[in-house]
Amino acid sequence: MNKTDDQTVAADSTAAVSKRKTKKKNHNHPYFYIAPFVIVFLSFNIYPILLTFYYSLTNYTGLGGIENADFVGFENYARLIGDSFFYEAFFNTIKIWGVNFAIQITIAMGLALLFSDMRLKLKGLNTFRALFFLPNIITIASVALLFSILLDWNYGSLNQMLLTLNLIDRPINWLNDPVLAQGWVALIGAWMWFGNTFIILMAGISGIPKDFYEAAYIDGANWWDTFTKITLPQLKPILLYVFITSIIGGLQIFDLPLLMTDGRGAPRGALNTMVIYLYNQGFSYANFGYSAAIAYGLFIITIVFSAITFKTMYRSQVKVKKGGRK
Amino acid sequence: MGKIKTARGVIYFFLVLLVIICFIPFYMMIINATRSNSEILRGFTLIPGNALMDNYDILNSYINIWIGFRNSLIIAVSVTVLNSYFSALTAFALVVYEFKAKNVIFITFIVMMMVPGQLGLIGLYDLASTFGILDTYWPLIIPAIAAPFTVFFFRQFLITTMPMSILESGRIDGASETYMFHRLVLPILMPAIATMGIFTFIGSWNNFLFPLVIIRSPRLYTLPIMIRQLQGSPVASNLGAIYLGIAISVVPIMIAFLFLSKYIISSITAGAVKG
Repeated sequence: MNKTDDQTVAADSTAAVSKRKTKKKNHNHPYFYIAPFVIVFLSFNIYPILLTFYYSLTNYTGLGGIENADFVGFENYARLIGDSFFYEAFFNTIKIWGVNFAIQITIAMGLALLFSDMRLKLKGLNTFRALFFLPNIITIASVALLFSILLDWNYGSLNQMLLTLNLIDRPINWLNDPVLAQGWVALIGAWMWFGNTFIILMAGISGIPKDFYEAAYIDGANWWDTFTKITLPQLKPILLYVFITSIIGGLQIFDLPLLMTDGRGAPRGALNTMVIYLYNQGFSYANFGYSAAIAYGLFIITIVFSAITFKTMYRSQVKVKKGGRK
Repeated sequence: MGKIKTARGVIYFFLVLLVIICFIPFYMMIINATRSNSEILRGFTLIPGNALMDNYDILNSYINIWIGFRNSLIIAVSVTVLNSYFSALTAFALVVYEFKAKNVIFITFIVMMMVPGQLGLIGLYDLASTFGILDTYWPLIIPAIAAPFTVFFFRQFLITTMPMSILESGRIDGASETYMFHRLVLPILMPAIATMGIFTFIGSWNNFLFPLVIIRSPRLYTLPIMIRQLQGSPVASNLGAIYLGIAISVVPIMIAFLFLSKYIISSITAGAVKG
């Protein structure tokens, strides 16, 4: 009896609140509160983005003021489309990201499956999670410099270790070979990010109702069946999140390849990523106009990749739903 | 049952192996930071040397890494405070009031979360140069006032946790709206502020591209920019000193992480599940 009374009171007060809320409509308060956000957002976020677009239509060098630059229309974009260095930078970025993501997701998924297995009942999840995550918060500049000297072919600890263990008979020049250098950047990226991905996948898997698995085991399903028929479909939204955030971050990779070698993409342009190219065009070669066009090129590529991911994921989700209805 | 036990043993073995692989780079860094240049050139070992203080003197004669620390700390703390406070204020306005621009702002947020930060790099550099704030911390700190993702996160948090009736009773008691924001809403938001605050702090601490473009004077260098200066500097010829420089930039973060790991990990989970 009491409970219903409370509920009525609560309902009444909500009604009163919403009435007052409408009354507040003409108040100036909200505009006052959002003013700092809006002002800074427009001046430090939107305006620079529009300015960058304007510069991408000029031959502005970045030195001596925009008034000395000419309006060139879409010339910078035409140059971008025909620029073999940009394509090289694009493919370098994709290669590094792809290898990194493959390693990262394999380890993270493996760990998440092991720790969520109901029969294994592994302990120490919190400790392992924290240890695996740790490389993620270390400043990338420090990580890059550390690996660039650990991998040095002359006095780097890795070669010294491999020589001591007689695994190699002469030092390997890890960062002088395009394939090896890209591989190392991908591997270091995976080392930094697999813990993060593991934590997210683990959260996703623990959200799947346990009776799904129990029912499957009773029906005699094996490990592979439960993985492909329950875990993967149920994890789809989380996997989408992991994939999208990873590709957006991956397309922007900068600090690590910049600091691993000479900052211009050595060896032989293998570590020249899109943002390194953007940075060098703008700030090393004084080509602000072209650098701005690269920024927009990167933006369009990001949108295209996100859209493709959404679409593929969404389409397969619809399929699953239809199958389920049958 | 025995089978499961063996499997468990094998898995633990591989997990520990993975932890070791993860930490070898850091271990080598610390060991080499205590060894002299000639010892490092001679070969590798897992046992610490006794050249730590010499390495520190060599490093210190060239670069004062603690200045980088201080600078990074000033920026990261300012960014985190501004980001938390103004995002909370904006989220408060979006949740509590009805007003015209509300939907426009909300849609802009969603769009802006997709835009890569580099898109405005050239424009921001030029804006800073026009305002004469190039080579200062302002272009690195002020943008923190407008952080769409944090506002979005706080908004979701307020919608699910703040009962409107608190504000109502506050109004009846004659409290001003601003007073209520500080005394009622901010405390309710605290868990969300802690979550986003840690991320904002780490993001600012590790930020590389923008300080690289904005900061010119060595005395204003942030830690990552200082680390970059170590590469190819005279000190780079002394490996022990350079390992020590890297170690100084890394170890305090590792120690802080030990204390905060629980919060950090739960906030990644929250971000993923909500996002």
